[in-house]
Amino acid sequence: MSSTPQLPPLARLGQKTITDALALGRRLDDRGIHDFREIQLEIGLIEKACGSALIRLGKTKVLVGVKVEEGKPFPDTPNEGVLTVNAELVPLASPSFEPGPPNENAIELARVVDRGIRESKAIDLKSLCIEPGKKVLIVFVDVYVLDHDGNLIDASSIASLAALLDAKINEFAIENGEVIYKPELKPFPMQSQPVAMTLAKIDKTLIVDPSLDEEQVMSARLTVTSDSEGRICAMQKGGSGVFTVEEIKQGVALALSKAPEIRAKVVKAVRK
Amino acid sequence: MYVERKQLVAPGEILAEGKYVSGENTHREDEKIFSSRVGVVEVEGDRLGVVPVKGCYVPHVDDVVVGRIVDIGMSGWTVNIDAPYPALLPASETPLLGHRPSRQRVDISGMFEVGDLVVSKVLAFDRTRDPLLTAKGPGLGKVTAGRIIKVSSTKIPRLIGSKGSMISLIKKETDAHIMVGQNGTVLVSGKSPESENAAIQAIRMIEREAHTRGLTDRIQAMLRTKVKGEGVES
Amino acid sequence: MKVEEKPVELIDQNGLRIDGRRLDELRPIKMEVGVLDKANGSACIEQGKNKILAAVYGPREAHPKHIALPHRAVLRCRYHMAPFSTSERKSPAPSRREQELSKVIRESLEPAVLSEYYPRTTIDLFIEVLQSDGGSRCAGITAASLALADAGIPMRGLVAACAVGKIAGRVALDLFDTEDKQGEADLPVAIMPRSNVVTLIQMDGILTPEEFQTAFDMAVRTCHTIHEQQKAVLKQRYLSIKEEVEEKNDVEKKEK
Repeated sequence: MSSTPQLPPLARLGQKTITDALALGRRLDDRGIHDFREIQLEIGLIEKACGSALIRLGKTKVLVGVKVEEGKPFPDTPNEGVLTVNAELVPLASPSFEPGPPNENAIELARVVDRGIRESKAIDLKSLCIEPGKKVLIVFVDVYVLDHDGNLIDASSIASLAALLDAKINEFAIENGEVIYKPELKPFPMQSQPVAMTLAKIDKTLIVDPSLDEEQVMSARLTVTSDSEGRICAMQKGGSGVFTVEEIKQGVALALSKAPEIRAKVVKAVRK
Repeated sequence: MYVERKQLVAPGEILAEGKYVSGENTHREDEKIFSSRVGVVEVEGDRLGVVPVKGCYVPHVDDVVVGRIVDIGMSGWTVNIDAPYPALLPASETPLLGHRPSRQRVDISGMFEVGDLVVSKVLAFDRTRDPLLTAKGPGLGKVTAGRIIKVSSTKIPRLIGSKGSMISLIKKETDAHIMVGQNGTVLVSGKSPESENAAIQAIRMIEREAHTRGLTDRIQAMLRTKVKGEGVES
Repeated sequence: MKVEEKPVELIDQNGLRIDGRRLDELRPIKMEVGVLDKANGSACIEQGKNKILAAVYGPREAHPKHIALPHRAVLRCRYHMAPFSTSERKSPAPSRREQELSKVIRESLEPAVLSEYYPRTTIDLFIEVLQSDGGSRCAGITAASLALADAGIPMRGLVAACAVGKIAGRVALDLFDTEDKQGEADLPVAIMPRSNVVTLIQMDGILTPEEFQTAFDMAVRTCHTIHEQQKAVLKQRYLSIKEEVEEKNDVEKKEK
């Protein structure tokens, strides 16, 4: 059951400071309304994972680990591997996160990231089939939020992409009905590079990459995920406010225009 | 004594042995005095204390604090003053309502709303109950303007300076109005964004360098360059 | 992903272990404090391949109210491993092992915290194992201690921890995962070096009384070494700032 959340812990006066500044086209950290905070990506830091990436988006920090293991396929897709995305809002990341199973925010986060990867067909699931109907590879994408200063969706989406691009799996072959894993590693089969872009609406302004304080003032948010070809593969509106038809169109155009620069950052970081 | 004034120590480090007195943020075991926190040693006669670099705000009676209203109750408001305890501001401790005889029932809901920022004074606090606040008095009451800056409460003494010397310096050089809450919430309102930004930069610098010497001179130098610089550019 | 692993010699003919260490050698340890923005105190430790994050929130209002104690703070501790932290993916739901470790870790730090300072509050400690390679509870305690000090929580002293084990019949310091799995004993120990008291000790496996003596002494000595590094890390940030600005001051004064 989902209920209206508690009021945000930012004082009215603090909210006013943000909205007053935005009315003049300014943000408190001197960013432009369409600017991202500084992005730092650390790739491959978890050796035990097949792929991993830590993103620092301003003060927000998210760690994503990718693990690939053998398992059974779903009955309706016997020739395909399985993708499963899980997000943990661990209590050390924010005074508002409590220990326990994923709540609606963690689940929404995981499902939005999942949709971006799945709908863009970023992973060639058919190439993960070992024995049709019996054995396939399961891809676990575990999103671990470590420090919450806003825009967890974009941070998680970017880090997930980086972790997947970093991931390597063993070559395998079927010999005499037996699966043999070879010691050689090959890059994980990625066909597209989905990137999520979230816009927050404050009064009548749409801003890119909201910080935690800005999220507490926003009336609604719109996430648009696009693939490498600039096609939209996932969208999510969040928050109890509304968008006008014009604002949706404006938002989509803005998200599509900013995605390539973020995608390029990820590819560059993984290549290093 | 095993340490000297202004020395940086960690919890559990031995400060002295023998006829010394255990001061703030130190503890005594047998004949030895140990530091309880990361901080800087201060010595007053035979009393050893540690000025911590970080820590939560613990209310003291007569502290002026800036807090946020989080709840309205029957007889008052619950205020978040960034302490480990919620504070209570009774309706009887507000300027308008405080003058009425206590028997009269009054609708207090219009005075402060949830989310409002209020400057108040700590009337009472001890280990068995939550802090009690008052908003009756000069300079106390609802805050309607200014930028909110949050600072570790352990740095407030350095921000104010001995006899208010540091805070007066910042006010003079930036011409900004600054209200310092003992609980680490500071309100800055300047005549221009530049004046506000200069004051905020000074506050952040003090927070970072509170444990060093020569800070007052550096703050003055920084403000003079910044304020002069901005003036020249505009 | 499984590629067949052959059992390896834990100690070679030169007395060196798989990772080249001697029997009494600790894995390299890297410690850092103040790594998270939102937490009141935080620390990160890397010990061999272990990567562990510890963070503290508090003292803060007790939620729910009824768990509060009238004369002191309640210490709460959650030890948790990330799904990608182990060779085989681990479900994010807390296992029985994580629950037991949450308890023993809390009990290893309780004696160090001066909880009487903050009655009716909670001090919440979170340990997240991002990558695990043997001895994570000890590295977690070492990091948790730093996080508590970083948060400004008053403490009697820091707590340092390390584990000693037995491999191929020999007592060895700081076993990593493979050694732990194929070894014959594991003895994690935590002490508060300032008063040389033991706050955690567990053992599984088989040790003769003499082996225990050797192992225990080795653990205590190593905890003292780790403690020196903890103190240095806590002070380093402030010392660097002090050096940076006071040096600049002195240079400027000379130039005038």
